[in-house]
Amino acid sequence: MTIAATTPHLITLPNSSPPPKRDRRSVMALLFGDLTASCLTVLTGFMLLSLVPAANWAIIDATWATADPSACRDGGACWAFIAAKFRFIIFGTYPPDEQWRPLLVMVLMLAMVLASLSPRLWGAKLIYVWTVAVFAMLILMWGGVLGLSPVSSSAWGGLPVTLLLALLSLGLGFPFAVVLALGRRSTLPVPRLLSLMTIELVRGLPLVGLLFVASILLPLLLPGGWSIDKLGRTLAALTVFAAAYLAEVIRGGLQGVSPGQAEAARALGIPSWKIVWHIVLPQALQKVIPPLTNTAIVMVKNTSLVLIVGVFDMLSAGRVAATDPQWPAPYVESYIFVAGIYFIICFGISNYSSWLESRVQSRSYR
Amino acid sequence: MTRQASPAIQISALDKWYGNFQVLKNIGLDVAPGERIVVCGPSGSGKSTLIRCINRLEEHQGGSILVNGTPLNDSLKNLDAIRRDVGMVFQHFNLFPHLTVKENCALPQVLSRGTSRKEAEERAMNFLSKVRIPEQADKYPGQLSGGQQQRVAIARALCMTPKIMLFDEPTSALDPEMVKEVLDTMVALADDGMTMIVVTHEMGFARRVADRVVFMEAGEIVEIGKPDVFFDAPAQVRTQNFLRNIMH
Repeated sequence: MTIAATTPHLITLPNSSPPPKRDRRSVMALLFGDLTASCLTVLTGFMLLSLVPAANWAIIDATWATADPSACRDGGACWAFIAAKFRFIIFGTYPPDEQWRPLLVMVLMLAMVLASLSPRLWGAKLIYVWTVAVFAMLILMWGGVLGLSPVSSSAWGGLPVTLLLALLSLGLGFPFAVVLALGRRSTLPVPRLLSLMTIELVRGLPLVGLLFVASILLPLLLPGGWSIDKLGRTLAALTVFAAAYLAEVIRGGLQGVSPGQAEAARALGIPSWKIVWHIVLPQALQKVIPPLTNTAIVMVKNTSLVLIVGVFDMLSAGRVAATDPQWPAPYVESYIFVAGIYFIICFGISNYSSWLESRVQSRSYR
Repeated sequence: MTRQASPAIQISALDKWYGNFQVLKNIGLDVAPGERIVVCGPSGSGKSTLIRCINRLEEHQGGSILVNGTPLNDSLKNLDAIRRDVGMVFQHFNLFPHLTVKENCALPQVLSRGTSRKEAEERAMNFLSKVRIPEQADKYPGQLSGGQQQRVAIARALCMTPKIMLFDEPTSALDPEMVKEVLDTMVALADDGMTMIVVTHEMGFARRVADRVVFMEAGEIVEIGKPDVFFDAPAQVRTQNFLRNIMH
């Protein structure tokens, strides 16, 4: 480099040597080196010991496979029950002969989600494809056309309902959230006040309250002849709820974008709505990936509250499955199984978001 | 009055307040096409506010501004026309960090003019070559040095083919060793005949490039003069004091 050649003080660095090695400590010294370490070791030991009965129940004494419910009565976990009720917990009361349809819906959903992971593909086209895909999913579930036998939404249940509610409430809530967030930052008083009131009102209500309002009050408020089925009303409540929370997250992101960005864009003559869409919003959303993920995960789990208004989601299916008198009330097993599915979904979202975050940061910022 | 004969920028009796504080007082300044103006003055003197009024990043409350004969008022059509003619370079570059260098230069053309993407990218590469960093086109602004970022910002503004360029302290946020590359780019631009208003503390640049130097203090224009007169024999006491303070 020319800089180094002309400024000698830059190349008079001492011969670099590796940093001094730290002495390795023995395992015993790590565990019982001083009083704090010893206390922590003993405490951890007791906690591990207390797990032994749970492990015994879940693994060693467990009944893994049997067709006979009475084989499950000797104390261990009854995993055979999950195997027997698997279809019911996943698909609920959907007619058994037609269960390939919700299965296809879930496959389609998974394929769409996988196809949308890379930010490279994000754009207007993807939104069209998703719209078509969602319609296809709903047609598959509902039937009544294309030779599919009609299945009323009150018969839907299990995992497809959970996934549809989570996906649609977040997907439909997101555009509303963007509008609310922009409205709240608007300099015009009317949009600002409307957004503020909507957000504060919805955030001030518990989700359960909102679900009751949607499922009981909404039918009374709608003009005669209008009706939305229970699932639709529940979805509306979840969407409004998601929108209010997402709006505040997005507003946080908007505040993090320097005013200089919009200024530079205005100086370049870009029309204001294009500034929002192409310059400000992408940066705002990049900044709030962690809290957006948080809200998404919370919404996935919030869908389980719909059992209160009688929508048959996966958690309801798990609970109802365990009430079968033939089996020795295996509620714990059923709930653990359902919890496992929730965990897989939420863990997946969480991992995806950290991947997205590192990707965005590594390319945009040093 | 023909367009050629009229000044590129005509500012008269300009007043502006921030709340109750008057930041610009009765400013009058005409800039001829192709003229290079350097505006200097202590911080808080209103020099940045003045050039930000020219493309309406700030609104003025009294007086008038005409850019190429078009009055700057509430008409959005006029504002569009003026922003089309006026490019701006900021102290903190204000590049779009989520876009590559090439996209930074190309996207604004697409969004504000409806230029085709292909044509916009060709023009972007053309101007990136002009500021001598075509090899950085696919990097993100965060991966560039300050000097490189400011040159990209200049290229981005030039892509809109402006007739007038405003520079708001373009080298103030740079490390000292990067000031020269940006000033060189600006000198090259001046040599091409661009009409320029530059707010800067780089007096060497002012001496070398400026046709006229404007000195502002407390919201007023104190003195306007040709660089040799301005630097060697300033008429006003306030100008003399300012120059003494910065020429240590």
